Amino acid sequence: MTGPAPKPRVALFVTCLVDLFRPRVGFAAVKLLEEAGCTVEVPEGQSCCGQPAYNSGDRETAKRVARTAIEAFEGYDWVVAPSGSCAAMVAKDYPELFRDDPAWLPRAEALAGRTREIVSFLTDVLGVERVAATLETTATYHDSCSGLRSLGVKAQPRRLLASVDGLTLTEMTDPEVCCGFGGTFCVKFSDISTKMVGDKTGNIAATGADLVLAGDMGCLMNMAGKLSREGRPQKARHVVEVLAGMADGPAIGEGA
Amino acid sequence: MTAHQPTSRQFKKNVTAALANENLQRAMRSTQSGFVGKRAKARDALPEFDSLRDAARDLKNHTLAHLDLYLERYETEVKASGGHVHWAETAGDARRIVLDICRAAGAKTVNKGKTMISEEIGLNAHLEENGVRAVETDLGEYIIQLRGEAPSHIIAPAVHVTVPEVDALFRKTHAHLPADRDLSELPTMLAEARAVLRQKYFEADVGVTGANMLIAETGQSVIVTNEGNGDLSQSLPRVHIVLASIEKIVPTLEDAATVLRVLARSATGQEMSVYTTFSRGPRRAEDPDGPEEYHVVLLDNGRTGMLGTEFQDMLRCIRCGACMNHCPVYQAVGGHAYGWVYPGPMGAVLTPSLIGVEEGGQLPNASTFCGRCESVCPMRIPLPKMMRHWREREFEKHLAPAASRYGLRFWGFFAARPALYRRATGLAARALAALGRGRGRFAALPLAGGWTRSRDFPTPAPKTFMQQWKER
Repeated sequence: MTGPAPKPRVALFVTCLVDLFRPRVGFAAVKLLEEAGCTVEVPEGQSCCGQPAYNSGDRETAKRVARTAIEAFEGYDWVVAPSGSCAAMVAKDYPELFRDDPAWLPRAEALAGRTREIVSFLTDVLGVERVAATLETTATYHDSCSGLRSLGVKAQPRRLLASVDGLTLTEMTDPEVCCGFGGTFCVKFSDISTKMVGDKTGNIAATGADLVLAGDMGCLMNMAGKLSREGRPQKARHVVEVLAGMADGPAIGEGA
Repeated sequence: MTAHQPTSRQFKKNVTAALANENLQRAMRSTQSGFVGKRAKARDALPEFDSLRDAARDLKNHTLAHLDLYLERYETEVKASGGHVHWAETAGDARRIVLDICRAAGAKTVNKGKTMISEEIGLNAHLEENGVRAVETDLGEYIIQLRGEAPSHIIAPAVHVTVPEVDALFRKTHAHLPADRDLSELPTMLAEARAVLRQKYFEADVGVTGANMLIAETGQSVIVTNEGNGDLSQSLPRVHIVLASIEKIVPTLEDAATVLRVLARSATGQEMSVYTTFSRGPRRAEDPDGPEEYHVVLLDNGRTGMLGTEFQDMLRCIRCGACMNHCPVYQAVGGHAYGWVYPGPMGAVLTPSLIGVEEGGQLPNASTFCGRCESVCPMRIPLPKMMRHWREREFEKHLAPAASRYGLRFWGFFAARPALYRRATGLAARALAALGRGRGRFAALPLAGGWTRSRDFPTPAPKTFMQQWKER
């Protein structure tokens, strides 16, 4: 027998919205990963996953940005993002993006195979079953689309949330229905997006929960923005803030 | 006038009207959960449902790879049964063929079962212009024909109409019936429509139906209905015309059974629809009833152009409507906003294929790529991926707005240079953070009206994660 298995070396893919709007989510992710026994690094060479271009039909720009990400994240055991959407872009869409590019396809596929969304990484890869966090609150969880449908993130966050001391999870009606964010969709088709997020905040409010949680900043900013505009009392936080015991301080869109 | 002119180009205008239409919004709310819940129940009750979806996908892929072969076999079988096959390359060809058959039969009235191909080719208007009366016999189609509208859903054409609206419509149209009758429930409405339409079945010279499938080995056409109107439309008149597009073909009866097992479950949550009817050729000497003439009009109308392209998978579609039943965009705006015949996710892919990306290009853009459509599609059609392909075609053809195209390239320049990207985004975020200091959010922001008109926008962090990580 040799000694204990070496710690997995994990690159944190911070993602644009966490970097700019919610650094706390990045630190919460680092904390959870370290507590689960990982060595966490934050590669300097990262920027965006390229989704804004990819979903706007600009394949060339998407590839250019994706190549940057591939270079930044090569050489780690795992690449973990606090976003189902950005993780799915790398894990599911990069191989399709480079399908006709023999030089980059193997690198894209290798990265795709090592990239995970954070909560499912903790549970499915590291076998984490509970967290040591306390939060006296009633929360409801919104299933962000990419995480849910591309990566199968559904039970994992609920399982970990169930281990948070004091937290009661109340399911909303239609937790799997899109909140209407959709990247540039929310401004290109503002009216439809508004209708969708209004249906969502109605469902959130109907639970009577204090807090809505999700795994993607885009959806959270959308829901938080609508909740506050409607004058509803519900706050929004990224699920890892709660799991890491970092749900103190202002919620998303709340003044300091 | 031929078909109603497409308005897909003004999708956004249609959306504004749809969102302000209270009757529409009420109607959409009342049906939304029904379809979704029923499908989920049907799926849960059949453990092999997902493997049946795989089988259905595979058999359709096989068929599309040998489409010419199976179509020719089908034609041979129809002819052998005494029927006629007419090949229609365009919508205009199909209209002309149907009108010619009606004229040869001396037809004054045509009874119709529900057919989306008829909508696609604009058949009713063409017949009316040429002195032939078309009578829709499906309850939903009958309602929208009375209202002078197009269907807003491929299996529930009047889903946008509320019960009180139908009540008022029937009282106005069926003025000969007692004014104090009760019309508050769907079954009583169906019974009234049925009674009114009953007589028309005997007056019609020609019956037109669609086809859910065409079976190559037997030359049969299959219709799937819940009201029985299709059966009467095709068996009582002297002449039966089947209107079908070429991708409706399946090789064998066995294959048809596979598709049937996923079709109704996906559409309405039924195990089988109430009526599933197979027709083959005109009546034979020993048959108690059936038409004297049996015609099949096979429509291409752009479909062969999809073969061999990234849109070929769309030809697997069996028109169950599950994608639109589960689409939050469709549910928000209804089917008419899409501006042509096919709405929802399948329409967003098919419309640009059939009438051009210049006309239909807005539709594949109006999606969050939430993926719910693909997750319920019985034929596992990758609808979001194909919508993205349309966006790529638009981008290549420079149909996307110039500001957005240059914006993306500009953004891409930075995003491919991480250090620069970080400086640029960090700078913008800091400026915005300073502007919103202490407030946590903005109620209005220049250039972000699409967001802030209805939502607050969070203030960026004073320092980005990357900065804080470095300084830690």
